Amino acid sequence: MPNILVFIEQRENRIKPASLEALSKATELLRTSGGTLSAVLIGAKEIREQADILGNYGASVVHVFADPQLETYSANTYARLIAETATSAGAEAVFFSATAMGKDLAPRVAVRLQAGIASDCIALELDEKKAIAKRFVYSGKLISTIELTSAIKVVSLRPNSFSIVETKTTRHETKLHDYKPEPFDLKTIVKEIRSLPGKLDVTEADIVVAGGRGMQSEAHFKLIEDLASVLGGAAGASRAVVDLGWRGHSEQIGQTGKVISPKLYIACGISGAIQHLAGIASSKTIVAINKDKDAPIFQVADYGLVGDALEIIPEFIAEMTRVNAEN
Amino acid sequence: MNLAVCLTQVPDTAARLKISTDSQTIDSEGISFVLNPYDEYALEEALQVKGSVLGARVTVFCVGDDSFQPTIRKAFAMGADDAVLIENQTYESFDVANALANVIRAQFNGLPDIIFLGKESIATNDAQVGAMLGELLQMPAVCVVTSFKLEGSLAKLEREIEGGSELLEIELPLILTAQKGLNLPRQPNMKGMMLAKKKQILKQTADMSAAGKTHNTKLELPPKKAPGKIL
Ligand SMILES: Cc1cc2nc3c(=O)[nH]c(=O)nc-3n(C[C@H](O)[C@H](O)[C@H](O)COP(=O)(O)OP(=O)(O)OC[C@H]3O[C@@H](n4cnc5c(N)ncnc54)[C@H](O)[C@@H]3O)c2cc1C
Ligand SMILES: Cc1cc2nc3c(=O)[nH]c(=O)nc-3n(C[C@H](O)[C@H](O)[C@H](O)COP(=O)(O)OP(=O)(O)OC[C@H]3O[C@@H](n4cnc5c(N)ncnc54)[C@H](O)[C@@H]3O)c2cc1C
Repeated sequence: MPNILVFIEQRENRIKPASLEALSKATELLRTSGGTLSAVLIGAKEIREQADILGNYGASVVHVFADPQLETYSANTYARLIAETATSAGAEAVFFSATAMGKDLAPRVAVRLQAGIASDCIALELDEKKAIAKRFVYSGKLISTIELTSAIKVVSLRPNSFSIVETKTTRHETKLHDYKPEPFDLKTIVKEIRSLPGKLDVTEADIVVAGGRGMQSEAHFKLIEDLASVLGGAAGASRAVVDLGWRGHSEQIGQTGKVISPKLYIACGISGAIQHLAGIASSKTIVAINKDKDAPIFQVADYGLVGDALEIIPEFIAEMTRVNAEN
Repeated sequence: MNLAVCLTQVPDTAARLKISTDSQTIDSEGISFVLNPYDEYALEEALQVKGSVLGARVTVFCVGDDSFQPTIRKAFAMGADDAVLIENQTYESFDVANALANVIRAQFNGLPDIIFLGKESIATNDAQVGAMLGELLQMPAVCVVTSFKLEGSLAKLEREIEGGSELLEIELPLILTAQKGLNLPRQPNMKGMMLAKKKQILKQTADMSAAGKTHNTKLELPPKKAPGKIL
């Protein structure tokens, strides 16, 4: 039965939850068939200490490349190490999470392994012969079923679409590997990471609160930020308000912005244009606040509130603040 | 300096899509195709580099068929110098990347200085061709680029990640895939449109013996949501 290798992403020596989703899905697929599940972890020296965590999610072998030269991301280096590990581990499938890093690596690894590839999958089945994956195409308007029939298959899984499951068996083996740089590795080393301070990204948040032109001014986005903050979520925006310069592009949700799949999405003063819906199709629950009862956003909303967002949001914030205080 | 730009076309985003009877493709009847929005940023960036480097030429590459003519004419009208239409029928990222790699290498008798692509096709949402091309041509490839500056032969790039960006410095040659925010694409003007009509499109076919291994077997509509509660 297929052996699976899962790439584990870390930033600043912390493993990304999305990688645990990919590992949990691989564990589930191997439960009945009994192939070997390996994980590969690449980073600075300190990353070694994180290897044991992976046993709790089903990895039976953890391959670790821990070297000061691997502290900053390099697409060429990481792709080479993952492909080489896949080959030496006899992996028939390599899993990534479809994060910025996973999406950058998966196609490179697929070329190196002469593998078929399916990106940003929302469902996945795997047997000895093939992998069958489902993914959104045409910006969320349609779902495509993809079949991979190559000897090795590469897939990336959409973050927040698969659950993290802890397993009881924690027996695993850690294999430390040396890193020897090759000339092509060095060409893509990241020099510096510039982060937006203290900001939770809309693609990584469980709850996203977004505002549109219906918020009526840049200043009113304080309400969006406050609601996001009491809910422990991230603030987002429609393209209309990004184009107006009210919010930065990193917050834009939709076809030419970010695709999100939070547990809860709250759209405030957003009409629900098709290009906006492209970014929210895989949200678990959608709440819309809009004063126009015929706004298209209500067609995809699980809960709709018809009314003035500028009045409803403050009430919502007050209610949540009260609930938070009680707990 | 040789600048290559890879362009594809996609159904107009407002188009109502109908699935064909084979349930594997969309019915293109009555759908207008437009230049993929991210590819417009790629082309614009190439044109801006051309504007700042004496003697630079912009060559457009498309893997497609005759239906790509209007897309290529638009690229000419914006300012592209040459265009190569690679007439291979394929829907797969690897095949597209492989065809592009072979024809680009032949066209420049080696590697161009920079290859520009979009970060993804908004039809397939694959986001694969740029990184694959990097592997096939053994060129450094930086994906999802929001800022690009050239200082002699050194490129300074910024690429978007969750909650921030990564900064890179790379000696040419290199590949980049464009993200929104990189620039504001120009509108073709009258003169450009007139010139575009006269330009020749070079036609090629690529050797496709190394075929990809991904098949789209079915297209379907997402499951309908139960109507929500209006409060
Ligand atoms: C190629 C292309 C790509 C695009 N990509 C994206 C994308 O990635 N993301 C995106 O979002 N858009 C995108 N768009 C733009 C999209 O078509 C819409 O124009 C945009 O989403 C509209 O933003 P909006 O809903 O904020 O504004 P509007 O459409 O103006 O809607 C404002 C809404 O607010 C409501 N409202 C007004 N006042 C109040 C109030 N006081 N309380 C409550 N509700 C109120 C109104 O009823 C209305 O429904 C794209 C368009 C194109 C052509
Ligand atoms: C379901 C489905 C239906 C399709 N229907 C059609 C159709 O009706 N007609 C048709 O012609 N094609 C069709 N295609 C092919 C499609 O348009 C792409 O060319 C092909 O899928 C490869 O691109 P990608 O999705 O891997 O691109 P991505 O990896 O998402 O694209 C990244 C970048 O690569 C470059 N690029 C992508 N494709 C090309 C290309 N063909 N030529 C030059 N540069 C390119 C662009 O710069 C693009 O921004 C279809 C594909 C699928 C999956």
